[in-house]
Amino acid sequence: MLTGLTLTEARAGLEARKFSARELAQAHLDAIGRLNKQLNAYITVLPEQDVLAAADAADARYTKGEARLMDGLPVGVKDLFCTKGVKTTAASKMLANFVPPYESSVTARLLDAGSVFLGKTNLDEFAMGSANITSAFGSVLNPWKRQGDDAALVPGGSSGGSAAAVAAGLALAATGTDTGGSIRQPAAFCGIVGLKPTYGRCSRWGTIAFASSLDQAGPMTRSVADAGLMLEAMAGFDEKDSTSSNRPVPEFSKAVGKSVKGLRVGIPAEYRAPGMPEEIAKMWEQGIAWLREAGCEVVDVSLPHTKYGLATYYIIAPAECSSNLARYDGIRFGERKDAASLDGIYERTRAEGFGPEVRNRILMGTYVLSAGYYDAYYLKAQKVRTLIKRDFVQAFEQVDVLLTPTAPSAAFAHGENMDDPVQMYLNDIFTVPASMAGVPALSVPVGLDSKGLPLGLQIIGRHFDEETVLSVGGALEAAAGFAHKPTLHAEAGV
Amino acid sequence: MSYVIEGKTGSWEIVVGLEVHAQVVSNSKLFSGASTTFGAEPNSQVSLVDAAFPGMLPVINKECVAQAVRTGLGLNARINLESRFDRKNYFYADLPQGYQISQFAHPIVGEGTIEIELANGETRKIGITRLHMEQDAGKLIHDQDPTKSMVDLNRAGVALMEIVSEPDIREPEEAGAYLRKLRQILRYLGTCDGNMEEGSMRADVNVSVRKAGEPFRTRCEIKNVNSIRFVMQAIEVEAARQVEIWENGGEVDQETRLFDAARGETRTMRSKEDAHDYRYFPDPDLLPLVIEQEWVDALKAALPELPDAKRARFQSEYGIPFYDAGVLVAEQAVADFYETVAKGRDGKLAVSWVTGDLFAALNRTGKTIETSPVNAEALGQMLDLIADGTINGKIAKEVFEDMVETGEGPEAIVEKKGLRQVTDTGVIDAAIESVMTKHADKVAEYRSGKDKLFGFFVGQVMKETKGKANPALVNGALKSKLDA
Repeated sequence: MLTGLTLTEARAGLEARKFSARELAQAHLDAIGRLNKQLNAYITVLPEQDVLAAADAADARYTKGEARLMDGLPVGVKDLFCTKGVKTTAASKMLANFVPPYESSVTARLLDAGSVFLGKTNLDEFAMGSANITSAFGSVLNPWKRQGDDAALVPGGSSGGSAAAVAAGLALAATGTDTGGSIRQPAAFCGIVGLKPTYGRCSRWGTIAFASSLDQAGPMTRSVADAGLMLEAMAGFDEKDSTSSNRPVPEFSKAVGKSVKGLRVGIPAEYRAPGMPEEIAKMWEQGIAWLREAGCEVVDVSLPHTKYGLATYYIIAPAECSSNLARYDGIRFGERKDAASLDGIYERTRAEGFGPEVRNRILMGTYVLSAGYYDAYYLKAQKVRTLIKRDFVQAFEQVDVLLTPTAPSAAFAHGENMDDPVQMYLNDIFTVPASMAGVPALSVPVGLDSKGLPLGLQIIGRHFDEETVLSVGGALEAAAGFAHKPTLHAEAGV
Repeated sequence: MSYVIEGKTGSWEIVVGLEVHAQVVSNSKLFSGASTTFGAEPNSQVSLVDAAFPGMLPVINKECVAQAVRTGLGLNARINLESRFDRKNYFYADLPQGYQISQFAHPIVGEGTIEIELANGETRKIGITRLHMEQDAGKLIHDQDPTKSMVDLNRAGVALMEIVSEPDIREPEEAGAYLRKLRQILRYLGTCDGNMEEGSMRADVNVSVRKAGEPFRTRCEIKNVNSIRFVMQAIEVEAARQVEIWENGGEVDQETRLFDAARGETRTMRSKEDAHDYRYFPDPDLLPLVIEQEWVDALKAALPELPDAKRARFQSEYGIPFYDAGVLVAEQAVADFYETVAKGRDGKLAVSWVTGDLFAALNRTGKTIETSPVNAEALGQMLDLIADGTINGKIAKEVFEDMVETGEGPEAIVEKKGLRQVTDTGVIDAAIESVMTKHADKVAEYRSGKDKLFGFFVGQVMKETKGKANPALVNGALKSKLDA
């Protein structure tokens, strides 16, 4: 079925004219029509005629032999990327009616590559969350279910809508953004591939900011090769983003399938957290064994500052967010709540416009930057961040990639982990350090736990060495042969 | 220390430091491509970055950096090859981002000095602490609607240089001299137009008082004073206020105050308790600003001649006094005018015409040097006519007035009015004969020893020749005739 293809397969099918881009787009619109009410993966679905018009344009290019990298491939766009003329909400009441007059650099590149946008996918409000339960437009449902249990599971977050859409056949692939694990953790929870590129690889221009020094866009796909293909379309220097890198963009898709023989894979001792569920530990061991069989050399390494990763992340990210979100003050954005004074307008507008998690983080961030606390919190966190980065650089003197679990558990149910924010934040424990260091990291689905839920392993690489990460990811993918489909799926429902 | 406040308990001296916000001359804003023209329709010069649309990012404008570096060089200051931008966080309706991008911890320019000159001719060095770049805010307009305030973002994001002095200033007059000198340097450099009325240069004034030899006492900051005269007034009244508080056993609170020029007083704007916590932190959207020494050197090599250097050169090159040279270089346009007039001519004569007759004429006609009815070339030609004897100094005054009035060239006026100097000795001799005949009695008196009458005869001969006679020839001929 058309909704079950990888990007690579669909691209080949379109090229061979086995089906048209219009048929492919229509199949996805139909699947969205059937399943989105349940999954709530999309906040906004684009008008059918616009989607089909884009598909027709792609078909015309195929006919003329001028097809581009992503031509005719239907994808979802996380609703954090500004899309020209299409409502962009960041899953917040604040931006409930915001229609950007501009296209983000990443989505502009995807459009230039011929992608067909289906709609804007749900997320945690302003990308703050690990379960996609903080969206002002409702939670996203994970299409997977536990065996013998009908509990509604979370898709992970913050790119939960993108992950659910790709897993359930509502898009061939989707964009995500990752600040502390927002691509990788939901990818693991939904049994798909998610790649957080090196910081600076994709332009941040036009992507609504959460924490500027950490935010990075990346692909969420059904295969490692797809992640390479889509990253190739998304990445590249942008003079409008001073932090974007001007390194050339390699042909990432070609990295998959390259031999990994002789590559050195590091296993960081500090990731063997006490209390790690046995199933996670077992899956990790399995991954190590697979890579060994593929010819990799496995090396124990140490990342001594790992234990400070989460704590420093939850200082730096909220600090930046408290400043980045100051612009939503009711003067230009958000529904203005009247009050007797200007400060009153700010207080009411922001108290009512932001959800509780966003308010929490703004408060935390404001606190750690305040006079008298700055040195103890923010400045110290920045110093620790430097040490964390150094850990990785030193580890990469010995090894080519690191292998770790993506998340400390499989998807959990709505209601679980929700009383204690710290428990929720622990979801990011394995993903945050790579974000802090700015290095690329990939989550690959490798198996199911005893309840039938997908688990992912994470491959972390050197700065700007996504190619090696993709090569090792490809080897892991081949060995694991993960072909499971979630309960809710476009193909299953018909 | 000549400025002291005599209080009940003794003499007090004042301690003043200035923070000047100077709008950078550039075509576009510090971090966006929007235009910076003054006086455009409200909200017509606003980019998505300036209005802080979601996902917008700042990109540094290299020309603004160059302007800051030029200014730093002009202030003899250290240029920091690596500097950084921080966010200064606060909420206000004229600040779309909710933060101002500024350089808090690592400014682009470090310590420098400005030499000021006081009315009594003394010079003093005032230390510059730093210069940093930052964004200006927008403007709130309160008089368009009875209940609403309007926001104009044209100015939001325009580049400012904040130039901070050491607390070296000890007199209101020194503060005035400092601001004038700073403005002069900025204008010479072309980095700020120095126009305080349009707000492109504004000063925050830090004032404290102390007894001689004491460490610094608590200071107050007077915000946004918009003329040099007001800065000097504000210092006087604020210092007097503080002396009174201290002498009555009180304590001066560190606070932000406003100067009310109409009432001649300062008033509390924000007390220390209400002081903002700006939560500065490095802007994660911008990399550290790294510039190359070679680039700085190239900017330095291309700097225009600055007022102090020009003044010294005028003194030595044109042989004019220090004071006159200072008057000429006060404004670059005047200096340029003078130099055009003086080049290859008598520099002293040129300065007396420029600062004397020309300035008087500009004053009288309400013109500036830029709109002067007499241009530098024409004035120079007039000096040539004096030098080659075509006209004498007295006739030159008449010619000059005619130039001011008609805008015609000096030669045309001389020809038209027949003002060419009489050097024909026959004509002069005839005039002398006529005068001596008419005043035979005076001739007798002179010859009997009344030397002083010589001037009378000169005057009569000049009158006879309608002022056109060459005075030197008249003198010589008269002397020989009278003494014969």
